[in-house]
Amino acid sequence: MSETGIASLRAGLQSAGISDGTPMRYSAFRLFAEALRGHRGWRPAWRDPEPQAEYDTLVIGGGGHGLATAHYLASRYGAQRVAVLEKGWIGGGNVGRNTTIVRSNYLLDGNEPFYEYSLKLWEGLEQDLNYNAMFSQRGILNLYHSDSQRDAYIRRGNAMKLHGADAALVGAEGVRAMYPWLNFDNARFPIQGGLLQRRAGTARHDAVAWGYARAADRRGVDILQNCEVTGLQIEGGRITGVDTARGPIRARKVGVAVAGSSSRVMAMAGLRLPVESHVLQAFVTEGLKPLIDGVVTFGAGHFYVSQSDKGGLVFGGDIDGYNSYAQRGNLPVVEDVIEGGMAIMPAIGRARLLRMWGGVMDMSMDGSPIIDRTPVEGLYFNGGWCYGGFKATPASGMAFAHLLATDEPHPTATAFRLDRFRRGFPIDEKGAGAQPNLH
Amino acid sequence: MIIHHPLLGPRDAQEFTVLGDASLIDRPDGMAEGAPDAFDSYLHLRDNPAGTHRELWYHEAGDRSWLVVTRDTRTHEVMQVELARDVALAAGRGR
Amino acid sequence: MSGARLASGGQIDRARRLEFRFDGRAFTGHPGDTLASALLASGVRLMGRSFKYHRPRGVLTAGSEEPSALVTLRSGARAEPNTRATVAELFDGLEATSQNRWPALAFDAMAVNDWLAPFLTAGFYYKTFMWPASFWEKVYEPIIRRAAGLGALSGHDDPDDYDKGFLHADLLVIGAGPAGLSAALCAGRGGARVILADEDFRMGGRLNAESFALGDQGGADWAAGAVAELAAMDNVRLMPRTTVIGAFDHGIYGAVERVADHLPIPPEGKPRQTLWRITTSRAILAAGATERPIAFADNDRPGIMLAGAMRAYANRWAVSPGKRVALFVNNDDGLRTARDLAAQGVRVSAVIDARADAPDPGIGGARHLPGAVVTGSAGRLGLDTITVRTAQGREFRIDADALAVSGGWNPNVHLTCHQRGRPVWDDALAAFVPGADLPAGMAVAGAAAGTFSTHGALHAGHAAAAEVLEALGHTPTAPDLPQAEDAPVNLRPFWHVAGKGRAWLDFQNDVTVKDVKLAHQENFRSVEHMKRYTTLGMATDQGKTANVPALAIMAELTGKTIAETGTTIFRPPYTPVALGTFAGRSRGRDFKPTRLTPTHHWAEAQGAVFTEAGLWLRAQYFPRPGETHWRESVDRESLAVRAGVGLCDVSTLGKIDIQGADAAEFVNRVYCNGFAKLPVGRVRYGLMLREDGFLMDDGTTARLAEDHFVMTTTTANAVLVFRHLEFARQCLWPGLDVHLISTTDAWAQIAVAGPKSRVLLQRVVDPEHDLSNAAFPFMACGDITVCGGLRARLFRISFSGELAYEIAVPARYGHALMERLMDKGADLGVTPYGVEALNVLRIEKGHATANELNGQTTARDLGLGRMVSDKKDSIGAVLSRREGMMREDGLRLVGLRAVNTGSRLAAGSHLLERGAQAVAANDLGWVTSACWSPHLEAPIALAFLKGGAGRLGETLRAVNLLSGQDTEVTVVSPHFIDPEGERQRG
Repeated sequence: MSETGIASLRAGLQSAGISDGTPMRYSAFRLFAEALRGHRGWRPAWRDPEPQAEYDTLVIGGGGHGLATAHYLASRYGAQRVAVLEKGWIGGGNVGRNTTIVRSNYLLDGNEPFYEYSLKLWEGLEQDLNYNAMFSQRGILNLYHSDSQRDAYIRRGNAMKLHGADAALVGAEGVRAMYPWLNFDNARFPIQGGLLQRRAGTARHDAVAWGYARAADRRGVDILQNCEVTGLQIEGGRITGVDTARGPIRARKVGVAVAGSSSRVMAMAGLRLPVESHVLQAFVTEGLKPLIDGVVTFGAGHFYVSQSDKGGLVFGGDIDGYNSYAQRGNLPVVEDVIEGGMAIMPAIGRARLLRMWGGVMDMSMDGSPIIDRTPVEGLYFNGGWCYGGFKATPASGMAFAHLLATDEPHPTATAFRLDRFRRGFPIDEKGAGAQPNLH
Repeated sequence: MIIHHPLLGPRDAQEFTVLGDASLIDRPDGMAEGAPDAFDSYLHLRDNPAGTHRELWYHEAGDRSWLVVTRDTRTHEVMQVELARDVALAAGRGR
Repeated sequence: MSGARLASGGQIDRARRLEFRFDGRAFTGHPGDTLASALLASGVRLMGRSFKYHRPRGVLTAGSEEPSALVTLRSGARAEPNTRATVAELFDGLEATSQNRWPALAFDAMAVNDWLAPFLTAGFYYKTFMWPASFWEKVYEPIIRRAAGLGALSGHDDPDDYDKGFLHADLLVIGAGPAGLSAALCAGRGGARVILADEDFRMGGRLNAESFALGDQGGADWAAGAVAELAAMDNVRLMPRTTVIGAFDHGIYGAVERVADHLPIPPEGKPRQTLWRITTSRAILAAGATERPIAFADNDRPGIMLAGAMRAYANRWAVSPGKRVALFVNNDDGLRTARDLAAQGVRVSAVIDARADAPDPGIGGARHLPGAVVTGSAGRLGLDTITVRTAQGREFRIDADALAVSGGWNPNVHLTCHQRGRPVWDDALAAFVPGADLPAGMAVAGAAAGTFSTHGALHAGHAAAAEVLEALGHTPTAPDLPQAEDAPVNLRPFWHVAGKGRAWLDFQNDVTVKDVKLAHQENFRSVEHMKRYTTLGMATDQGKTANVPALAIMAELTGKTIAETGTTIFRPPYTPVALGTFAGRSRGRDFKPTRLTPTHHWAEAQGAVFTEAGLWLRAQYFPRPGETHWRESVDRESLAVRAGVGLCDVSTLGKIDIQGADAAEFVNRVYCNGFAKLPVGRVRYGLMLREDGFLMDDGTTARLAEDHFVMTTTTANAVLVFRHLEFARQCLWPGLDVHLISTTDAWAQIAVAGPKSRVLLQRVVDPEHDLSNAAFPFMACGDITVCGGLRARLFRISFSGELAYEIAVPARYGHALMERLMDKGADLGVTPYGVEALNVLRIEKGHATANELNGQTTARDLGLGRMVSDKKDSIGAVLSRREGMMREDGLRLVGLRAVNTGSRLAAGSHLLERGAQAVAANDLGWVTSACWSPHLEAPIALAFLKGGAGRLGETLRAVNLLSGQDTEVTVVSPHFIDPEGERQRG
């Protein structure tokens, strides 16, 4: 074996934590070693500690954003005595019920730098977390069907490139080369082309939550499951702690990252939000051999789709449109979404829908999120992600950690302020106005 | 879902579009003192309750009535449906 | 060859033979067979491969819960991957192919994964493939993706049709087993409107699969009699081959009827499947129960099947599962299989019963082994032997080519959970039964409710229906039900046999007891974590046979009860549904309706090229012979308007008729500029804001009478604006005397534009109407007549900047008016123009359209900030004055003219200073609309430019980084043509 070969083998063994007893690292070497001894050595991916009486920082919400916040607080901002409070089981909210798309193809200055930063964090996520979240840069193709849609995509693609993201315009023939079985010849709204972001893709959604949880846990963050927050302790306009299902916990700072339940939690602090809760349904088919390589979105209907590594077509469309906390939707939207699918992909007619589910979205007044301080000192808010929160997970966690640690907005998230509506600085990608169910 | 229209009886929810919280009826006076703050609160802030919610539905594929539907956002159960015009008049809105 | 057709019995038509092929081999079966029963009867056990380890797979069940026997049914564009052989109804010429194997089912190279199983444990992929980072997409993932998936789609368009239908009922009965039939009979006899739906092609449920009698009849015969009685009732609709897939809000159920799946191809005019939306006041869920396996080492070999399924194959399909059959059970129901097989002459070699006190079924020649367990199995592509450990701990092998397993039954509670109801654990039954929070209007009867005896099911079905009848005001008849078995459930919970080997829980996704243990070890202990980490229950069978045993094992590991460990929520659909079914006929060109303008057919006859504008089709341009490029046509049309006269159908613009004593006040409040004092006979341009102060729409509104206005909207916003106005009328100012109606489709409206437009109009407008500039000036309007008395409306408005009119006639006269105008204008060179030329003309004039009114812009951005009146309370006025929308350096609409007339200028390009780096900090705005101006003979554009008002005359760059275009432009007024407006006033 060559010198470099031996060195890399040694490095691999070390990084696997096999030779020196450091915290358990995941690697091919480790997997190999464990396989040989019947996998007896794997330890819990995260602990289940008892709550302590007091922490420096509490993050309410053990979803992707809350866990990412805890990870970055501990790993980037040196925070200690951090706990994540989760009502049920971690990753049980929208990080565990979405269509797993990661992209940074935004138009507006308030959004694009943030999502591009997020995409860059995704690109190094697995190495940072030592967890394979299967982030796969398979590309997203937004189809366009009219000249004005093309013009809007050119504007957007240029905005992306000006912010350092990648974008390309593909003509109809280019689209055909990528996806020859789309409906080119018998379409109500013929495909004229598409806006392509090659660095976009998908990730294994659950693994994102678990990877952040494990990484945060390894740095001493307490992840407290079945620990619903039942009240916020506020004295003299300042937060002092929370009441939970597992008893009161004191804290200097509390960050709320509970998208879907934001209004309910913030109401405990007497705050009303520019947010409504709506249900978004998502769908997956039975497993199929590879057909759809990247993410495709229909420009003349509500439909977007990708194919998971397991082979299921994962797709979604529009929200149901009525306020809901019920985590389920109704048939009209199911049909509307799948009609859109069949309109551009008549080859999927004989694929079978396996499962559908609903997630509760924090739909904000302009379709963009909020990461900001609140009128209560020491209480911070992260929410309003509409149905775009998954891709934002790393940057949201980093920006919220930054805010919690420094009391200043992260440079990429300066526009996500609570007062932007009052002051007239909405970040309205769709131009739909202050009506949440239109975003 | 089925919406029991006060004039037309049970109708499929697919015939309707939803606007949002029925408090959107309570538009402030644009010429009054403090209008900017009043409009900010009126247009942007929501109770967003998990439970009983009064909300505006529009019978777009029907008779074009705006309705106030009282519905539980946890179960989707509909408790009451009224003509929004009646609700607005009862709330003192007129000309 | 192990399975075979029994000499007699079964609900098959032995008189007829059906030919079919599996993996190219020819077989025969009979009407009444499923693909699975016919293959088993032909001695075929191996039907597929598992997902991860590519283990050989046979038939586990006899129903829709099947995880293992998946095939691709049919071929070519009709190929249906992942079809369960257990529910595929046999037809003549059926063609099926095995999946997920290469090169052949019996020799699958991917079965190497089985040897690698020690490395491929639950979640192994989360722990590796991270180095180097770039290898994930390039190396690891492509291998994983190719190996994953099961069957393949053809890649061809689905050639079949699908339908949608709507049904209404008093009562929907879901499932036509003993409980469902009894319920339907009671409700049907009582006069209720009943729908009885069953997923099977033969109604009867387990009655068709069991040997016991109902009264003096066989169970299947009683069921057939009940079905016949129901079929004769006018108030009952029988829906076999119909799966109720979901329980939605307010008594709406989704159901899929497989109309033609049992035929080679759908008959002419028939859909393949129909999606029914059933609205019902009440529903009785009588969906039966699903048997669950017991996990033991290598319990996944072909030949091992659930006891109830084996019994069904013997009784319903007359199939002997093997030559030497063994049983492994923990309950009395499983013993029925031994009795029924023995009665059919099948040799039962051993009854292994996990219960120490198990009753001896008394099968001649069979060893009865109470307190024993099966610890393993052997056989290359199917079962040859099992290993048994007795109560005394002795292990030995038993030859068996078929093993029936029963771990008890799970009530099919799925639909009770579709509105977030949670089932509850019943210790006595060792199963989840429906909880208290059922969907409104739903009752559960029979095995689905945990009432497992036939007697109990019959009576529960009747009672549930009687309650519905009473609630509906009918009087139920007394039950007239046959005597039936009423055996109690006798079961000892037993989930898995401890041991070293791999014991399967999820047969399709290859999740074993070891995987659940690993999940527990790594703290994936909540049920959802366990499922997601191991992928248990995520396969095409949705965990129907796997979930409960896995939950029980997790409960054992955590030391909690199953009730404490929890359950999982079942979500629609109950069984997987073809996507085509949900789409119905909304596909291809019928995806959305197509709206045609009144002059569409005329334009078509002129050879027009059309373009979509929302749902509308509009003429884009009218090519003439010899024109080889669209721009030739558009340039010609544009110049003809500026020099002579052109015609364009503008009927697609929204038209809203506003009448009432307070009409003027109403219009004044919905536009931000003043309308209260608009004189009768005049038109005004109006700007409409959303309440947030951003532009919603613009258009011209005409006052035809003191109390009568006609508002126009943009084509795109016609629906939105009308909704908005109705909101304002009904919700904000219900006291105003004003009424609205959309007249978009009622009027055909044609723009007559160009210096010769008056001359042309004078030839069609009846002579009593004076069109002179003095009598009918710019922005005049009025009711007129044309062509000798036809009522019409004339508006002197101009989108092009030329002398121009829009003339409206009742829609049905649009075509004729267009022809008349063309005819009368022939000597004037009258030219029809399409939306491309319309766009060129309005850019030249600096008028905004959807590209500028994109929902993100303000009146101020358009340079029209002063139109927002502060003297009145109009919608959007207050919030339009927010700080962020009043910035001095804000965007402003400007014109751009390419410095070099040979260069290109694309809408969507961003604006940069000369020499500035292409980064966001230097971004000055963007091009909204661009065209070649035939009038100016240069590329021109409209653009939003930061601080634009102060930049007139500057030279900037319009940069399109996507195409590499970098074009020098001069900033000019957006009004390229006649900025003073003299032409339109002329």
